[in-house]
Amino acid sequence: MKNPLRKFFDDTRPLFTGDGKYKKYEPVWDATKTFFFLPSAKTRVMPFVRDHLDLKRYMSIVILALLPVTFFGIYNTGYQAGIGAGESWSVTRCFLLGAWYVLPMIIVSYVVGFAWEFLFAVMRGHKISEGLLVTGLLFPLTLPPTIPLWQVALGISFGVVIGKEVFGGTGRNILNPALTGRAFLFFSYPVTMSGDVWVAGKHLVDGVTGATALSVTGAGGQSITAAIRDAGFPLGQLFTGFVPGSVGETSALCCLIGAAILMVTRIANYRIIIGGIAGLVITSIIVYLIPGGQDAWSNAGPFYHLCAGGFLFGITFMATDPVSAPGTNPGRWIFGAAIGFLTVIIRVGNPAFMEGVMLAILFMNVFAPLLDHLVLKYKSSKRIPNV
Amino acid sequence: MKLKSRSEYYDILIKGLWTQNPVAYQVLGICSALAVTVKMSTAIVMALALTVVTACSSMIISSMRKIIPSNIRIIVELAIISTLVIVTDQVLKAYFYDISKQLSIFVGLIITNCIVLGRAEAFALANDPIDSFVDGIANGLGYGLILVLVAFIRELLGSGTFLGFQVVPQFAYDLGFQNMGLMVLAPGAFFVIGLLVWLKNSLPGISSQKK
Repeated sequence: MKNPLRKFFDDTRPLFTGDGKYKKYEPVWDATKTFFFLPSAKTRVMPFVRDHLDLKRYMSIVILALLPVTFFGIYNTGYQAGIGAGESWSVTRCFLLGAWYVLPMIIVSYVVGFAWEFLFAVMRGHKISEGLLVTGLLFPLTLPPTIPLWQVALGISFGVVIGKEVFGGTGRNILNPALTGRAFLFFSYPVTMSGDVWVAGKHLVDGVTGATALSVTGAGGQSITAAIRDAGFPLGQLFTGFVPGSVGETSALCCLIGAAILMVTRIANYRIIIGGIAGLVITSIIVYLIPGGQDAWSNAGPFYHLCAGGFLFGITFMATDPVSAPGTNPGRWIFGAAIGFLTVIIRVGNPAFMEGVMLAILFMNVFAPLLDHLVLKYKSSKRIPNV
Repeated sequence: MKLKSRSEYYDILIKGLWTQNPVAYQVLGICSALAVTVKMSTAIVMALALTVVTACSSMIISSMRKIIPSNIRIIVELAIISTLVIVTDQVLKAYFYDISKQLSIFVGLIITNCIVLGRAEAFALANDPIDSFVDGIANGLGYGLILVLVAFIRELLGSGTFLGFQVVPQFAYDLGFQNMGLMVLAPGAFFVIGLLVWLKNSLPGISSQKK
């Protein structure tokens, strides 16, 4: 008895390959087939490596690492809405309400993103690549839960088309597509991307603002750490993530779990993550030591800089994107450290763009090829010439 | 000097307006295309000013082309162009003071616009005055075409207006539509120009570059 699904693909094969009737739509057929079955193409020439790590497996592990962040994000969205309504809700209710807000964002992001991927694959006659599996989930996780769905669709369209397809598709993009989409929304629709947008649900009670920890400033001589605590963001809470913010970024703990999964399976390069955290910690200590206003974020110290905002999310899932990060090991160290450094500098230096990690990663994405070039040049200059 | 047949002028016009469009094909004049396209009104005035300057300067330079010594030709060309730019600037200041203020230095900077000197060097020095005049008009209008298209998209999406009139209805805003802030910033013009060039190059027929 043949697997009916396998039979379906075997039966439809002549329609889509060779001179078949729907030759144009072969990428669609192929993508659907490889979604269910391992690709049957075999390597014909040496070297033969026996390994199941293809792009699809690669992306699946990233999705797996994203699951804690996603589920926590869904729960926290409901939890924050509960606080916003002034009631304390049960875990199930928080989950259901969070899913009511977050799932449509994820679905819209996947549907619109895949529509563009299909369109370009059919137009250019190449295979549909799996890169969007991750992009389509990463993108909604970087958005506030109150964002209108049409903006999600617009953002993912921009990310996929301008961030990726104009450069030639997956593997050729300079910038991280999910972050490109987010940056587009951030500059296009500042009203829905900053300010009081971080709590879902309309019934805000008095005293509960939808601001994030990063927008807190100490007023009138109060130190910044005290001000952050008073605003309802003690360090422990920032670490576990029960604070308002973009869907996926609030929990430092869940981001660290994801980072651990990615580093153990070697999907993400540990040098970028460690380098990034080191860069952030060192820079925040330096700006802490520089004498200055007590009430600004420069005085918050490394722990607050690490846990507040989306730094850990960005350095774990965005900066480690193997396409837009450098490919040499010294380049990765510099890349990570520079992201940490720039994040603190943007947070401290420009309060208008408090979420500096997005801009820092995009900025360093642009420099990634240059870093690789310099590292290779340096290495080849050290080589003993062949005599 | 004898007049050419209509189809030859038509060729020059089509080249400047579309197939070798200064912005979309030669990628010249991008700087002002970013700066003055936030609103339709400024874009239209800028396009007209540049068309006048390019056409007149090309014609004057072309009629003098046999007496200009080639080693100092750039200086002579610039003297002619800057004279015309100053005249245009003064006319705008006298009759369209508001728009002139919004365009600020960009009218004066037509002197440095690559299209004007580019047409003088590439076309006017080798062709007779009437051809050069038509070529200047064609390139100025080609520049204007892109400018007005970009300004139309930016003004519509960025401010919801067309030539200053509100065209996006209030109920669209009530339903959740928002003006796209990026379109008011210079990067928005980059994206729009890039997408227009993409569109132009992928249109079948007229624009296909012969390979």
